[in-house]
Amino acid sequence: MGIEEKLPSGVLLTTVEGVAGYMRKASFWPATFGLACCAIEMMTSGGPKYDLARFGMEVFRASPRQADLMIVAGRVSNKMAPVLRQIYDQMAEPKWVLAMGVCASSGGMFNNYAVVQGVDHIVPVDMYLPGCPPRPEMLIDAILKLHDQVQDTKLGKNREKQIVELERAGLNALPTSDMKGELR
Amino acid sequence: MTDDVYATGSETTQGRVFTVTGQDWDDVVQGVQDAPDDLGDERVVVNMGPQHPSTHGVLRLILELEGETVTEARCGIGYLHTGIEKNMEFRNWVQGVTFCTRMDYLSPFYNEATYSLGVERLLDIEDEIPEKAQVMRVLLMELNRISSHLVAIATGGMEIGALTVMTIGFRERELVLDLFELITGLRMNHAFIRPGGVAQDLPPGALDEIRDFVGLMKKRLPEYAALCNANPIFKARLEGVGHLDLDGCLALGITGPVLRSTGYPWDLRKTDPYCGYETYDFDVMTWDTADSYGRFRIRLAEMGESLRIVEQCADRLQRLEGAPVMVADKKIAWPSQLAIGSDGMGNSLDHIRHIMGESMESLIHHFKLVTEGFRVPPGQAYVPVESPRGELGAHVVSDGGTRPFRAHFRDPSFTNLQGTSVMSEGGMVADVIVAIASLDPVMGGVDR
Amino acid sequence: MTPTEPDDKPDEKAVEQTAAEQSPENIPPRSTTSGGEVVGVRRGMFGAKTGGDTSGYGGLVKPVVFPGPAQRPYGGWFDVVADGIEGLVEKVVVHRGEITFHVRREHLLEAATRLRDEQRFEFCAGVSGVHYPDDAGRELHAVYSLLSMTHNRRIRVEVSVPDADPHLPSLVAVYPTLDWHEREAWDFFGMVFDGHPALTRIQMPDDWPGHPQRKDYPLGGIPVEYKGGTVPPPDQRRSYS
Repeated sequence: MGIEEKLPSGVLLTTVEGVAGYMRKASFWPATFGLACCAIEMMTSGGPKYDLARFGMEVFRASPRQADLMIVAGRVSNKMAPVLRQIYDQMAEPKWVLAMGVCASSGGMFNNYAVVQGVDHIVPVDMYLPGCPPRPEMLIDAILKLHDQVQDTKLGKNREKQIVELERAGLNALPTSDMKGELR
Repeated sequence: MTDDVYATGSETTQGRVFTVTGQDWDDVVQGVQDAPDDLGDERVVVNMGPQHPSTHGVLRLILELEGETVTEARCGIGYLHTGIEKNMEFRNWVQGVTFCTRMDYLSPFYNEATYSLGVERLLDIEDEIPEKAQVMRVLLMELNRISSHLVAIATGGMEIGALTVMTIGFRERELVLDLFELITGLRMNHAFIRPGGVAQDLPPGALDEIRDFVGLMKKRLPEYAALCNANPIFKARLEGVGHLDLDGCLALGITGPVLRSTGYPWDLRKTDPYCGYETYDFDVMTWDTADSYGRFRIRLAEMGESLRIVEQCADRLQRLEGAPVMVADKKIAWPSQLAIGSDGMGNSLDHIRHIMGESMESLIHHFKLVTEGFRVPPGQAYVPVESPRGELGAHVVSDGGTRPFRAHFRDPSFTNLQGTSVMSEGGMVADVIVAIASLDPVMGGVDR
Repeated sequence: MTPTEPDDKPDEKAVEQTAAEQSPENIPPRSTTSGGEVVGVRRGMFGAKTGGDTSGYGGLVKPVVFPGPAQRPYGGWFDVVADGIEGLVEKVVVHRGEITFHVRREHLLEAATRLRDEQRFEFCAGVSGVHYPDDAGRELHAVYSLLSMTHNRRIRVEVSVPDADPHLPSLVAVYPTLDWHEREAWDFFGMVFDGHPALTRIQMPDDWPGHPQRKDYPLGGIPVEYKGGTVPPPDQRRSYS
């Protein structure tokens, strides 16, 4: 990470975090990982009507080395899964993953032998976006929520603390099947 | 050589494999020349995809290059295989529509139409589909043809570097998607054309929107022509590229704009009409050069013809106000209607009052159709439609039950992609992209 | 309670009428499949498949009868095409205006060549595989859709092969378009096309075991967790068919 790690925690680091977070989210380049129908909605959200360029995200980098965000748009088949993992590994830190659509989030309507039931089986996902396919406005909403996450990402020692806290929260979270009485 | 774990070459049974990461072309060339066997004479096998911005989705191209010339081109498909056909065997006949609509996701109405037509042929209700349903089917299919050709032109333009074509293509496509949203409720993957008719009646105000759209498109389509048709760079990249003459097309089973670019006016809407296409006034567009430029011109012209058909549909729908959109046989017709309720959208209260208070038969039909579905007599049927990419047909087999026994889709993109090798070998790498873009494959249809 | 008026009593004559005579809607649909081919049985109805349920529907056994063979004359140009492949055809089925020629695998190559060269069926739309697990000895069907663009005719050619020996000749030499279609049929059903230039998997990963679209291959879904409940995968759910 470099210089941020050497800065002492405290006010100075907080300010640097704020600036770094702002820089990262304002120019947050997605990697092209459009697979199926959601890819078309992703392309239209980069198109003129639902413009992603106003968020600095119009350039979909073909090379994962230059991308920050992998939007997995579409159903991931078992044949495509190793390719997905390889592209994810080739991305440079810091990187985020947005699972666009129900097929990427959980397998969607295709609960069968050919589709991976959610890309979180393969890569760690930061934002799940349901929809079949989600409207471009929904995609932009998810991206903006992800921008908030990016803005809040800490650096250096604070980042290590943040990671530990997130892990603990995840381990202690109530499993889905135990969440009863919430069938609203 | 870098330290990157993905950048080092690795030994395989076929020779060294390199993953190129940038600024290491010299390493690759050196490694190829150092290869001990006969592959060292500057023949490089390049793997393009499946993740690549220019291969129209998850298509893997394996190209053997000699310099810039392609000596062998192979397609690797299956990266989007979803098992839709097998999934349909575990669902009702009507639920099958929601699955098949996601195959060729740029022309969902065509998937639904060919499947519904096949089921209707097995049910033997082909003559009982109401006229309004047929007109709405034609309207939606032709609007879909426009939106699909717009994507084909837009992505084709993007792949050769003409980014303006992409933005204006998607801008026009938004207009079509707004119409779809108004009529069916969804922008894509509609599940609207169902066995027996269509799911909903036309909402009020739709005809005005359709007519406005037609008027606007008539002004916008010439923009594409003005931008691309005589553009020297466009012509230089597209003319003579991806040549495939009539014999080649027929041998490889290729239909659609590719076949029509050879000059043969084969269009299923004229030769084997369905949904009342024989009563509409339109022409079949052909070109005579059998190359990518011809296919581009055909797609542009077909959009104009589709606009003509949409106009005729709007006129017919004008005088079909209030007509039914589902077959009269209540044991098959999808029962529930939707209406705008006080909270937005919901079940039509009229329908609920009818089934709960007025008619026991309606309640029974509703219950049976929603839980079990209707039964289709045993047999098989194949009713192809002319999708924007070619002949799309669903081979539907029924064993007398409420579920498809087998629904296999003969997808045009699957068959058309077989032409890649013939079109690309002997040409240059950049022409491979253009040739595939002119075939317009949609990987959802290829892999299903 | 006042006694019912004589007018309220149902008419004597109407009671003696049979249900069919009372109203045309009461006539059950006539089976149009006389002499059909039985390819299996359907057990139970309305979800009760294994018997033992109180409704009695579980014990129902109904044969699945496909449309039966047709007799000459088939009508129109069907006879012209049938004459062209005389002697090679096992059975002809005409159903809903579509004709299907059932051919034995030994005669398939000859029939396809004759259809292409003499009958002008230049275009083959593709091969579709179907698996009938209950049809002993004829489990795997390969269905070829042929189109004659010259005459604007469509026919189907169907070949049946047993599971024990799923070999049939490849028609790539006659219709090159079948290259990928036959690979797909091999991939999904295990039908081996002898003479195919490169019969490998095309849709599934290259090392995938099994042939997914066969009926004995499971759908392969997983149970889905919801808040407070689990929904089993589609092939293991309660079904109403």
